[in-house]
Amino acid sequence: MAVTWDEITEGMSVPELKKKPSTQQLVIWAAGSGDFYQIHYDKDFAVGTGLTNIIVHGALKNAFLGQFLHDWVGNEGRIKSYGCSYRGMDYPNDEYTCKGTVTKKYEKDGEKLVDLEIWGENPEGKKTTPGHATLRIGK
Amino acid sequence: MTEAQAVPLITDAMRAEIGVESSGTTYEVDKTMVRLFARSVGHTDPVFYDEAAAKAAGYRSLPCPPGYLGTPVFKPSAGGEGGPMGRNRGAQPSRPLNRVLNGGTDIEYLEDICAGDVLTATSHLANLEETKGSIGEMLITTNKTVYKNQDGKVVAISTGTAIRY
Repeated sequence: MAVTWDEITEGMSVPELKKKPSTQQLVIWAAGSGDFYQIHYDKDFAVGTGLTNIIVHGALKNAFLGQFLHDWVGNEGRIKSYGCSYRGMDYPNDEYTCKGTVTKKYEKDGEKLVDLEIWGENPEGKKTTPGHATLRIGK
Repeated sequence: MTEAQAVPLITDAMRAEIGVESSGTTYEVDKTMVRLFARSVGHTDPVFYDEAAAKAAGYRSLPCPPGYLGTPVFKPSAGGEGGPMGRNRGAQPSRPLNRVLNGGTDIEYLEDICAGDVLTATSHLANLEETKGSIGEMLITTNKTVYKNQDGKVVAISTGTAIRY
């Protein structure tokens, strides 16, 4: 169920979303996104560029954060904007957890809005993709 | 440090490209690709797969999952699969940088984008920076892309950062 306006308070946490992308998921993502850079599915190629392993696409981690936001806001609300920076590598078969905190709840131009600090964490709890979002709650 | 290394990576020809708007690229949004993208992320909301569910939720057809802004029409003449994030396009730095990492993605949504829409995207280089980090010399490029739909409405603006090293 989507969150309601009355349930939201500044400082509250958004229910986290845990992902664990397999190498197979990275290949499906390559097709879905059109990003066929070999560092995401060819380990020899990845190692040849100096990486230790295949890495998860940054844009897939961004899309995971998008899923996390969509599932919270539902289909009456909308994601007005969101984004993240890619500060650390994530590897296939590692857990990647999407988290977020409401930083501001306000009304503007007749819309009920919330600003969030969002991020994805690796298994060590490092924020590999810090980001932000603005959501419209309800219609 | 040799003399060559003191020369900035960013050339005048590169700076001249800042703000220059590209010609439009067509991005199609269709049901099959919306489903594939949603599946590749692991979305479970039926609005991304079932058109009846999408319409019942108030969308014209399957909505674009977050992060999906259509698929560019493939042109074989553009040369195979190309490089990631356009690293081989346009003016090149004073020394070759052969590797690239995605630095960040930001999207602002102004209107719903649904299957059946045809978007025209124009982009420009918004910023260039060079710095040194743990991976050596880095060139940080920021590109801004504006997506308009078939009615000429701006539906999304995306900002992407690439790190070449």
